[in-house]
Amino acid sequence: MDWLLQQSINGLGLGSIYALIALGYTMVYGVLRFINFAHSDILMLGAFAAFYLEPQVSRLLGGPESVLGAILIAALAAGLCALLGILIEFLAYRPLRQRPRLAVLITAIGVSLFIEFTAQHDKVFSAKTQFFPRLLPEHTFQWGQVFFSSTDLLVPAVTALMLGAMWFIVQKTRTGTAMRAVSFNQQAASLMGVNVNRIISFTFGLGSALAAIAGILYAMKAPGIEPLMGVQPGLRAFIAAVLGGIGNLPGAVVGGLVLGILETFLGGIPWLSSYRDGIAFAILILILLFKPAGLLGKATVEKV
Amino acid sequence: MLEISDLSVAYGAIKALHGVSLRVPPGSIVTLIGANGAGTSTTLRAISGLAKSSSGRIRYDGQDITALPPHRIVSRGLCHVPEGRMVFANLSVQENLQMGAYLQRDRAWIAAQTDYVFSLFPRLQERCQQLAGTLSGGEQQMLAIGRALLGRPKFLMLDEPSLGIAPLLVKTIFEKIVEINRSQGLTILLVEQNANLALEVSSYGYVLETGKVILEGPSAELKANPQVQAAYLGI
Ligand SMILES: Nc1ncnc2c1ncn2[C@@H]1O[C@H](COP(=O)(O)OP(=O)(O)OP(=O)(O)O)[C@@H](O)[C@H]1O
Ligand SMILES: [Mg+2]
Repeated sequence: MDWLLQQSINGLGLGSIYALIALGYTMVYGVLRFINFAHSDILMLGAFAAFYLEPQVSRLLGGPESVLGAILIAALAAGLCALLGILIEFLAYRPLRQRPRLAVLITAIGVSLFIEFTAQHDKVFSAKTQFFPRLLPEHTFQWGQVFFSSTDLLVPAVTALMLGAMWFIVQKTRTGTAMRAVSFNQQAASLMGVNVNRIISFTFGLGSALAAIAGILYAMKAPGIEPLMGVQPGLRAFIAAVLGGIGNLPGAVVGGLVLGILETFLGGIPWLSSYRDGIAFAILILILLFKPAGLLGKATVEKV
Repeated sequence: MLEISDLSVAYGAIKALHGVSLRVPPGSIVTLIGANGAGTSTTLRAISGLAKSSSGRIRYDGQDITALPPHRIVSRGLCHVPEGRMVFANLSVQENLQMGAYLQRDRAWIAAQTDYVFSLFPRLQERCQQLAGTLSGGEQQMLAIGRALLGRPKFLMLDEPSLGIAPLLVKTIFEKIVEINRSQGLTILLVEQNANLALEVSSYGYVLETGKVILEGPSAELKANPQVQAAYLGI
């Protein structure tokens, strides 16, 4: 029983982070129909932005580990990553808009490798793992044999907040409606007066900001940060997005949570624990075989 | 209102238009007829900016709009109901209409115009919350026209509004088109396979063949022209 509860808490935390990252993959896929492989590196850059911002913000506020400081750091890191996401789209993907999708996909892999190897340079972040500073005071709670920290509670809470904000933007605002319109048919959207390029930039910015937040949350739970830290969670989140139905926003959340919880539970079984990656990929293969549209994906029918 | 001179458009190696010239005076309904592949849709797509022209000029309201992107052209009140309707299947009927009014700021005007669209097509009001993808073909056509009317058009281009619609409904839609032209003072450029109907509602017509204007004149004259009768009216 305790074991179940403990694994549920861990799974929920991990799944929430996957969900945040998966949203970025799925939103970009929604408007441009390609997987932005550099997304996982934005996550890493978000964590490093927080790493470098923390001393500055702490000095500004006269002390570390304050709520205001954490919010400020997260907001600045998210803003920086949003700008970077927009810049990457503008420089690397937009010139290839009319080209075959494979060209964009390969470019995305190129951008990803470029960021990862630039970041590993000694004059940049260097390849070594660095200790991530504590952004908030941390409390540990015990309930029977179950242990959890305030971070374990924070992660799902922040995720829920972000998801609510995303839902509101996409479903209730004029820009969100335009995003959905662009995702269905760019030409038709432009005939409504939508500046398609601006909507695409906005989508990249939003997805990248979420990735930065996810990166910070991930770093708060991980032992340290390094330039390749985004690869693992990025891959899992990609699987989560496919699991939920690529292009489908609620699907990304469901996929993330399901994957996080499955991975924690199955990985928590001693003789299975070294097969965590194998489990994630087995899920991907099963989904592609039996339900390629994903758990929540549905094919839209266009009448002629 | 609209003046096209010597317009050419190519899709890669395929030349779709070879020097098309035409004029649409303010307040009129002008029609463009042609067999499949003649280039009628391409002409409309070039005007609204969806297709890039390789040469020629498009003047609208006294200004050159040839090189403008689609969203800048719409903002001048030039709205295009494209071939195949292109309603947003993943959005509700209401959201489709909201997208039509994307550039409009005046809420009172939007509300009044939405009511006007609902009065033209009461079916849309009944289906307000339904996803547009689940509408019937004819209902989607109504939505496409209604959506364009919410863009506050001064100039409306309709590409085959009768395509795939029951004959009775076609008649209704054409009556609505004439009504919109009269009551909202809208200039209309109409592309239609149903040449009979198109020449009936319009005042002037152009006949396109393999990317060229081969014939033009007042609609009544075109209707009486033996060449047109043989090729397009099935007489
Ligand atoms: N995207 C495209 N790529 C290549 N060729 C195209 C494209 N769109 C149209 N064409 C070609 O350009 C020519 C004109 O096409 P257009 O769509 O304007 O025809 P149309 O007059 O509207 O025909 P219909 O009445 O059947 O709709 C056709 O020969 C068509 O094959
Ligand atoms: Mg056509």
